Amino acid sequence: MTKVITKFTRNVPHWQPRVKPVDLEEASAEQLDALKVTPSNTKVSEYVLTLAHDVESLKVRSPLFNGIMYDKGGMSRAERELGALGASMVNHCIYCAAVHAARHAQLEKSTEVTDRLFRDGRRADLGPRDRAIFDFAVALSETPSQAGPDHMAALKDAGLDEAEVLDLILSASLFGWANRLMHVLGDPVRLPETTS
Amino acid sequence: MALDTTALKSAGLGAGRAPGAAIEGRASIFEMTQEAEAAVLRPRDCGPWSHALRAALAARIAVLNGEEALAGQYAADAGDYAALADPSDDGAGQGLAPVVAFMDKVAADTRNVAAPDISGLQAAGIADADIVRLCELNAFLAYQLRVIAGLRLLKEAYP
Repeated sequence: MTKVITKFTRNVPHWQPRVKPVDLEEASAEQLDALKVTPSNTKVSEYVLTLAHDVESLKVRSPLFNGIMYDKGGMSRAERELGALGASMVNHCIYCAAVHAARHAQLEKSTEVTDRLFRDGRRADLGPRDRAIFDFAVALSETPSQAGPDHMAALKDAGLDEAEVLDLILSASLFGWANRLMHVLGDPVRLPETTS
Repeated sequence: MALDTTALKSAGLGAGRAPGAAIEGRASIFEMTQEAEAAVLRPRDCGPWSHALRAALAARIAVLNGEEALAGQYAADAGDYAALADPSDDGAGQGLAPVVAFMDKVAADTRNVAAPDISGLQAAGIADADIVRLCELNAFLAYQLRVIAGLRLLKEAYP
């Protein structure tokens, strides 16, 4: 039996698709190309195999995702992860929240911020810069967006420059996208312990 | 101009206005965003979801996000499905009620989407690949509409 995880955690769950992923044996040439499958690389996650059903989107999505989260300059990687986490908490995407909280903790070499966010939610006690970043990501992630000039003023007051705020807009928005795939197309689960 | 994209134009940062160094520094992101829009709105392999239906659903999601002007642009390509751009139309007249209800929930009540929402589509005869196609359309729009909302604020705060 697998157990669906419903509470936020940094312990990254297994993602179990609700639809049948593409079978690599039956994948088209275009799908194999988008999946970057080569004779020496045949390991593809079930998530990516699920997205391979829409290969045209998958092909553009991966480089765009990497650009927004990892391109040099602008906002620090840890702060982009905080933007991703704010969106994932609004959308209750347990899997994305786990992955990006874990990355934030790893980059910051501290679990303090994500411990507080998972324990106290939006009321968590954060420093002024993290507070402004998290609040903006949360507001932007509502439908329709609740972000306004006050959020921008808080980001400015906390010392963020235009390039940093742009990266925050992009990372929080990107998780509006990622959450609607991860949280909608699959369940975060714990697999029973297996012997290795 | 390379940066003449839907996201920048909708935020008032399109061609004819200097986008500023921050946006220039992320030019490749905006170019890829535009490619992603084409991939969900006008894919070569659209499955059962025609370009016109995709445009109508995009317009509907833009309305749900308060982006009426962009909704109008998408709706211009919606053909026979134009009525679906109005969120009060439940899609029953087009035989698309389960699809429309699913798209509304994913767009505006994401946190409450659960396994029965997917099994409901499967029970309505929608193939798994076509469920993924609906999700990609919805998910991309969630991203682009938030980029637009954010850029509009950025433009005012950092003129």
